[in-house]
Amino acid sequence: MKVSQGAPGAKILAFGHYQPSKVVTNDDLSKTMETSDEWIRSRVGIQERRIAEAESEIDLAVQAGGKALAASGLPASDVDLVIVATCTMETQIPNAAGRVATRLGIDAPGALDVNTACSGFCYALAVANDAIRAGSATNVLVIGTERFSPWIDWTDRSTAVIFADGAGAAVVGPSDTPGIGPVVWGSAGDKADAIMVKDRHSFLQQEGQTVFRWATTALHPVARQACERAGVDPAELAAFVPHQANVRIIEAIARRIGADNAVVAKDIVLAGNTSAASIPMALSRMIERGEVPSGGLALLLGFGAGLTYAGQVVEIP
Amino acid sequence: MAMTEQEILAGIGKIINEITGIPAAEVTPEKNFVDDLDIDSLSMVEIAVAAQDEFGVEIPDDQLKHLKTVKDVINFIQG
Repeated sequence: MKVSQGAPGAKILAFGHYQPSKVVTNDDLSKTMETSDEWIRSRVGIQERRIAEAESEIDLAVQAGGKALAASGLPASDVDLVIVATCTMETQIPNAAGRVATRLGIDAPGALDVNTACSGFCYALAVANDAIRAGSATNVLVIGTERFSPWIDWTDRSTAVIFADGAGAAVVGPSDTPGIGPVVWGSAGDKADAIMVKDRHSFLQQEGQTVFRWATTALHPVARQACERAGVDPAELAAFVPHQANVRIIEAIARRIGADNAVVAKDIVLAGNTSAASIPMALSRMIERGEVPSGGLALLLGFGAGLTYAGQVVEIP
Repeated sequence: MAMTEQEILAGIGKIINEITGIPAAEVTPEKNFVDDLDIDSLSMVEIAVAAQDEFGVEIPDDQLKHLKTVKDVINFIQG
């Protein structure tokens, strides 16, 4: 049997992001539940979030994916694999990737969804990197998209103040030099109950303290390991882009990894927690604002329900 | 040798000061974390994790919610 020959490396060519237009402020939430702007800012660090009204998670993905594709300069016909990371699909059949590809004019690509919740983008990016290097794909569109609003009990302040809707995307292509480092991924299935939707008629529920303890103690070694495996000193990082779960988690991890020269993403302040969309959306917006240099190195670190985690170093396009 | 209550109190005061900025001198046994010191549930997790490093005693989340005062934590650590 023959085996495929891939590219020597893969890199991110461009990012894109999309937020729905409806803004929900902390004051809006305090009208319907026992909370306040001060309470939300001090516990999770969010000022406002966006909610999709008429748009589906597919619509959000198409918007973000279309922007990333346009920014990459590649014609849609050059993409031969589409990976959508999401955990908030309204129904599981059919998957998102095939429909998103068709809407973007990408003809008959490989199309798969990845559900590792908030770590989804990093898992999907690792699969894209491996597919290009193994010769299974040439150019990959990776999208994180979430529409949490239908999965939230809007009277439950432990979740309603946190989760939001949005999408972020990256186009990944072949490269002579590696632009995506080795992934460090793993899971803690013994803590599966900590973040869950119990059945198809239930809302998302989260054990905040359990997740907070895990995130602030178990993940900084993963971040350091991702740097080690890429051969990158954390002090060399231009950006640290962790999943946007909670500002206090972001700061706790950032303190412990020695990324002293990195801009730390805090997109959560104006976006809320958008799960698999949060990392590409945060980095896309940092690039758009000129906060991070093209060619600099960014450490991505996803973590969430499962519990699952994944991290890798990438070159900023 | 087991630590005295005073030694544990000093250790807890130092941890709380590092995490919340509250002066260690304000951390006295009768103080309630929520009502007197205004410490929220996530800071309590950070304090529990730091206490585990300092005293070698794990305080799981299901126990943590029963520890209302500084004295409760001292008693838990003393076993």
